[in-house]
Amino acid sequence: MPAKIAQFILVLTLSPFLFGVLNRTKAFFAGRKGSPLLQLYYDIFKLLRKGAVYSTTTTWVFIAGPVVSLSAVITASFLIPWAGHPAVIQFDGDIILFIYLLGLARFFTVLAALDTGSSFEGMGASREMQFALFAEPALFLSLASLARVTGQMSFSGIFSTGVINFWPVYGPVFFLVFGAVFIVFLAENSRIPVDDPNTHLELTMIHEVMVLDHGGVDFAYILYGAAVKFWLLGTLLAGMFLGASSRGWMMDSAVFILQMSVLAVIVGVVESTLARLRLLKVPHFLIIALALSAVAFILTMRS
Amino acid sequence: MTMWVDFIIVAVLLLDLMMLSSSRIRNCIQIAAVQGTLVGLMPLFVESHPGALSPVVASFFSIFLKGVVFPWLLFRALREANIRKEVEPIGGYPLSLLMGVVMFAMGFWLSKRLLYPDPFVPALGAPVSFATFFTGVFLIISRMKAITQVIGYLILENGIYLFGAVFLGGQSLLVELAILLDIFAAVFVMGITIFHINREFDHIDTQKLSELKDIITSK
Repeated sequence: MPAKIAQFILVLTLSPFLFGVLNRTKAFFAGRKGSPLLQLYYDIFKLLRKGAVYSTTTTWVFIAGPVVSLSAVITASFLIPWAGHPAVIQFDGDIILFIYLLGLARFFTVLAALDTGSSFEGMGASREMQFALFAEPALFLSLASLARVTGQMSFSGIFSTGVINFWPVYGPVFFLVFGAVFIVFLAENSRIPVDDPNTHLELTMIHEVMVLDHGGVDFAYILYGAAVKFWLLGTLLAGMFLGASSRGWMMDSAVFILQMSVLAVIVGVVESTLARLRLLKVPHFLIIALALSAVAFILTMRS
Repeated sequence: MTMWVDFIIVAVLLLDLMMLSSSRIRNCIQIAAVQGTLVGLMPLFVESHPGALSPVVASFFSIFLKGVVFPWLLFRALREANIRKEVEPIGGYPLSLLMGVVMFAMGFWLSKRLLYPDPFVPALGAPVSFATFFTGVFLIISRMKAITQVIGYLILENGIYLFGAVFLGGQSLLVELAILLDIFAAVFVMGITIFHINREFDHIDTQKLSELKDIITSK
């Protein structure tokens, strides 16, 4: 039990660190020095000390949005295993609860955006929902394929069996699932081929435009929630390369944190080398993820 | 060995999906060439029956035709007829891609209902060759231009070839080579036809071929 509490606390404390690694990678490619590795922590603590201004058109939904989103994401982090060790809570079918918790977080972000009555935020909300329409089934089918291959119905079950041992037999399935989850990962975390986190042109923003009216503590919750979500979805990608845990908790954790940092570097490289897709092309990109995961799921049904 | 066969088969399937979602004719020709080459490699990995054509010869011929000669002919047609680069599908690319998945599911369902002579065949061979076959037919139906229809025809043939290579060992390769020759002639003739359609009508849109009727009746 102490290990489980430790890993939960590690997820909550380490997740903003990944954004530091990611931004450093992007800065390296751009030839800049880059912000400190702990910049997101500074930002969050700065915002937590500030007060918030609420527009008179907003209702309680606007205040509830960031709170519900963050609590949904933190609840989801109870379900995610750490480095092949079981999560704090596990039961059969927690995959579905996880996806719907992320769905709840998104739903309240969108409601809060619509509550401001701003037309730009409405556009962002509409886009977020449209892209989720394709990303969510892709994630569902990918996790269903993993569940079928490993014969386990919970996250802890899937990722503690040592997924890497299944690669030689189910190589094509894992290859496709990895591709699909990576695309969903980029889309859900509003990274570059789908959405640019640095842009400030309301017409093309997606996630950032929805949170423009939030300030102070609320915005700190949003930033922190995004960081934890990045970690959680990243765990699914890193988990596919985990061996069966045998080297003790400390060693496994060190390897796992290294894997997550490598993932952040990969995302940084993708962001630096790719251009952002035209907004009309984004659904097409996400449908590719959907097609890959559907094919993977069909492949698991052979034999 | 079976792992390589599996990877080739999955790559063929992914190339089908790429083909359905790519918007440039140039890309389509390249994808068809790569797929033809991969499919042509199959006889080398599958155990051939005694007395059949040597797998190396069969593989060489099909790779030479599908990987080198056909793309060259198609690129030549593309250049000579001065075709616009877009594919112009009916229904759009995302829909085509989803149709690709549906066709693969259909192929999977169909392959479960077949009885196989040899129980030791790669499990993915049949569904993917059906999916490739359907993709070829779908490309012929849903793409407007004559040249993309030729590409659909090539994809269809890849599906047949894959099925033959996986299930019949070397026995089918003689038949395959005959089909390849037919297709060679077909692509050749189509190249000339595309050129002539283009010279007469300033486009190669097959939807407008019905206008030929009017020209004849007006005479």
